[in-house]
Amino acid sequence: MDGLDGLVARAREAAAGAADLAALEEVRVHFLGRKGEVTALLKNLGTLPAAERPAAGQAINQARDAVGAAIEQRRALLDEEQLAASLAAGRLDLTLPGRGEAFGGEHPVSRSLARIEAIFRGAGFAVHEGPEVEDDFHNFTALNIPADHPARAMHDTFYFPGGRLLRTHTSPVQIRALKAQGAPIRLIAPGRVYRCDSDMTHTPMFHQVEGLVVDRDVSFAHLKAILHQFVERFFERGATLRFRPSYFPFTEPSAEVDVLAESGRWLEILGCGMVHPEVLRIAGIDPEEFTGYAFGMGVERLTMLRYGVDDLRLFFDNDLRFLRQFN
Amino acid sequence: MRICDSWLQEQVAHGLEPQALAHRLTMLGLEVDALAAEGGPLDRVVVGRVVALRRHPNADKLALCQVDVGTGTPLGIVCGAPNVREGGLYPTALEGARLPGGLLIKPTRLRGEPSAGMLCSARELGLEAGVDGLLELDAGAVPGADITALLKLGDPLLDLNVTPNRADCFSILGIAREVAAPGGAACNEPAAAAVAAAIPDVLAVALPVPAACPRFAGRIIRGLRPDARTPLWMRERLRRCGIRPISPVVDVTNYVMLELGQPMHAYDLAALDGGLAARPARPGETLVLLDAQQVQPGPDVLVIADGQGPVGLAGIMGGARTAVSPATRDIFLEAAHFAPAALAGRARRFGLHTDASLRFERGVDPTLPPRAIERATALVLAIAGGQPGPLVDCVEAGGMPLRHPVRLRRARLARVLGVEIADGEVAGILARLRMQVEATAEGWSVTPPAARFDIGREEDLIEEVARVHGYERIPAIPGAATVQAAAAGEAVDPPREAAVVLAARGYQEAITYSFIEPGLARRFGAEAARERVLSNPISADLAVMRQSLWPGLVLAARENLRRQQPRVRLFEIGARYFSGDAEGQAEERCIAGIATGSRWPEQWGERTQALDVFDVKADVEALLALGGRRAACGFEAAHHPALHPGRCVRISVEGREAGWLGELHPALAAELELPGAVLFELRVEVLRHPRPVHAAVPVFPAVRRDVAVVVGREVPVARLLAVARAAVPAAILREAFVFDIYSGPQVGNTEKSVAIGLILQDPSRTLTDEDANSALQDVRAALGREFQARVRE
Repeated sequence: MDGLDGLVARAREAAAGAADLAALEEVRVHFLGRKGEVTALLKNLGTLPAAERPAAGQAINQARDAVGAAIEQRRALLDEEQLAASLAAGRLDLTLPGRGEAFGGEHPVSRSLARIEAIFRGAGFAVHEGPEVEDDFHNFTALNIPADHPARAMHDTFYFPGGRLLRTHTSPVQIRALKAQGAPIRLIAPGRVYRCDSDMTHTPMFHQVEGLVVDRDVSFAHLKAILHQFVERFFERGATLRFRPSYFPFTEPSAEVDVLAESGRWLEILGCGMVHPEVLRIAGIDPEEFTGYAFGMGVERLTMLRYGVDDLRLFFDNDLRFLRQFN
Repeated sequence: MRICDSWLQEQVAHGLEPQALAHRLTMLGLEVDALAAEGGPLDRVVVGRVVALRRHPNADKLALCQVDVGTGTPLGIVCGAPNVREGGLYPTALEGARLPGGLLIKPTRLRGEPSAGMLCSARELGLEAGVDGLLELDAGAVPGADITALLKLGDPLLDLNVTPNRADCFSILGIAREVAAPGGAACNEPAAAAVAAAIPDVLAVALPVPAACPRFAGRIIRGLRPDARTPLWMRERLRRCGIRPISPVVDVTNYVMLELGQPMHAYDLAALDGGLAARPARPGETLVLLDAQQVQPGPDVLVIADGQGPVGLAGIMGGARTAVSPATRDIFLEAAHFAPAALAGRARRFGLHTDASLRFERGVDPTLPPRAIERATALVLAIAGGQPGPLVDCVEAGGMPLRHPVRLRRARLARVLGVEIADGEVAGILARLRMQVEATAEGWSVTPPAARFDIGREEDLIEEVARVHGYERIPAIPGAATVQAAAAGEAVDPPREAAVVLAARGYQEAITYSFIEPGLARRFGAEAARERVLSNPISADLAVMRQSLWPGLVLAARENLRRQQPRVRLFEIGARYFSGDAEGQAEERCIAGIATGSRWPEQWGERTQALDVFDVKADVEALLALGGRRAACGFEAAHHPALHPGRCVRISVEGREAGWLGELHPALAAELELPGAVLFELRVEVLRHPRPVHAAVPVFPAVRRDVAVVVGREVPVARLLAVARAAVPAAILREAFVFDIYSGPQVGNTEKSVAIGLILQDPSRTLTDEDANSALQDVRAALGREFQARVRE
């Protein structure tokens, strides 16, 4: 017997030499297992004289603890090595793209519509919709454009047998909302509109947003303010606007609004004016009690200016290579 | 309306640079669409007179000219133009001149003969193209005079966008008045002195419909010189204003129309049969117009007629029978007033849009006819000579347009514009617009001039004051608003939220036209009885309103495949259109999609697989889940003409039809080059999210039981699940779902094995095994009963 010190030294050496957890377990069994060396010593305690037993027991226990500590120390080290090895083995190249889907996106005109709606909702405007297949009354007559009015020639209307038509502007929604709700009213009306015209700069279908405010004491000065704010919000920059006199049968005074481009040129972006008293009257509103303003904008045109698109027709080609540019 | 500034300046000495003039007109409401210059100023190009001319000794087509250029010593110039003649006056480019084409003039020799300069054509001066030969200058031109000044080279040309309410601005006179309106420049209107009659001849005129034609002025001129030519200055003005010079008489009528705004017509007197009447066309009457078109006017169209019938469509176009020609010696000039209401829409009916109809439809100053006749007479006499008869001016006072006073209230003006404009300025603006202004207690009483057809109510005057005052001087003032709180359901904006869901699932939004090709529409199930067919489609392939979004998406997908985009997923949100329904149902907003190509984009982690209908069904289910209706949805095998008969379901929500899902019919897919494409369409309305209602979260454990049954292959799984669900007390059924399907040798060719998982949970106690097993037994029994299902243990 090399004594307890020798045993502990052997155990420490064996633990340190264990190459893996299985070898270490063998070491543990050899020394601390039921038939292990340390256990055997403890079993033999009974054979010692009673007076020696406490001291011997204490010494064996100390040796057992020392052996256990050595094994645990080694186990911790081996655990750590094994974890490190498994981490190294489990390494993934996360620069690879994620599994599954690529993303699509919304049409640029829809993006603009959503932004325009958000801007005006924030200014207290409600969003109204109306039918695209309209009747003559709402599209023309109620907007102070009687039959054979020269302004009808500006509209190039698509007709259906029986006299219905595709709305040429979103202005009919004004009439429907005024008749249904009365004044005061504060709304925008986005949607598809149609003109029988197709060339480099016209598509037979496009999108407009109409705006209408009718209230007591609404003035041209207010109209200038709201549109100036809108344009600045839409383009997210300071804007210089020019309101110039124009003509629409349903507003008076009427104006077209130009924005000063970086190139120094004036670009027409929308039409507007004070609601014509006749339009209010037809909608059942007393023009002496209420005044109003209205505006209409072409969404494609605003979208082209915002994103630098130079050909209107791209919006309706639905070419993925174009559409994906806006995702 | 195109005008040249040199002509405008004759009527208003505005003293403005072209840009400033364009700005003033634009800010008055006469938008200048384009600003250009007629030719450019030319140095060292002068008037030259050919004083002697002889044939070039070495070239048949060349002439040797001695040209007086005002220096006292004629220059020898070789000229190849066929129209060069002795005594002729031509623009002459001297040594050192650089012409618009870049040609530098220097002394040279042509076929051995010296040439010290060049006689020029209009094209060579940068004027009209396409006219060959030397530009012949008018007889009064002085040799040596500067061509730039004589021809007003560099004359600014303005293209004005005249709005339909401003008929009075279709003339130099009207525009000059506008330029003068803000003040600072006076109008110098063209003279129209009465021409004394030299012969007594008159033509009888009858005006039986005063409401349509209340005034008709005219005059006979006899004995025009056959060799008369329209002077260059007039030809140039017409040309610069966009009108092609034709002959002296026609040119004069066009000139007066541009100058004053009064459309005129000249008849060959010899071709007229008796007097003229402005009357409705009689049934069956026809007329061959100047453009050789034969028309049948009809009784609501006003014609000018002589003893034989119509000689022109009143206010639109003259007839061929009585048109002036190079042989015409005697003419009758007409300047009439036609009421806009009598002309409205008539020209369009005949596919015409003439300078005359453009003006008359919008309203021409009814005081102009005699003035226009006097002006035209003077010009005709000066150019072509002749003997004038007396002016005939028939007026039916009852039909003449009246100008009534219009009230303008100071307070209303301030209220509408949002700014107060001083009384003095308001009155001054209106007076400069040639309105009669009378002060009243509340503002003004204003009578517009005869030329203004657009001033009939207070707002018209407010607009006049605002635009001359200047829109830019009206401040921008944020107003107080009456606002209302917005509505917001559980889904705030269902279509847009659906768009976000689809975008996240790889779909790109498309916008296709609402009108499609009728044949394709039918292939996709359009019902002819409910089809909205355009009366005037822009083309045959955009002729009917769509009843489905699929045709547009299918074509868009195909185009993308052709553009080498192998994996296409598109969606669209938009209406489909039906006829015959009540207004509300005639348009239905839908969200539709198409997917074709691989299930995933090609990449490292997944084998590339073609997508199938279940991939797209998951997208549809995501949309339905967005609408909070997933549990209330039904999918039922059904027939759709555009879809694969065995791979097609009708979707319902709470028992109401919500849309379709399926694979494009293989025949259609082959034809459209879209193999394996999957389509869906849902009514947007079903995406409205119902209000969720809270129920207590269960605290007792859930138990799972599985059952596998063998049933006929044709049995829809949805029905199996429905029967299974119904067999368990609703209180303890949490979920029933399919977790495996097997069809293969172990179950035979006509059957399939379906494994269903049941999650059971009682809200009030822990379920025992007996409870769960009893529920399982009930399910087995029910499936056995309903489907003759064999239970697999």
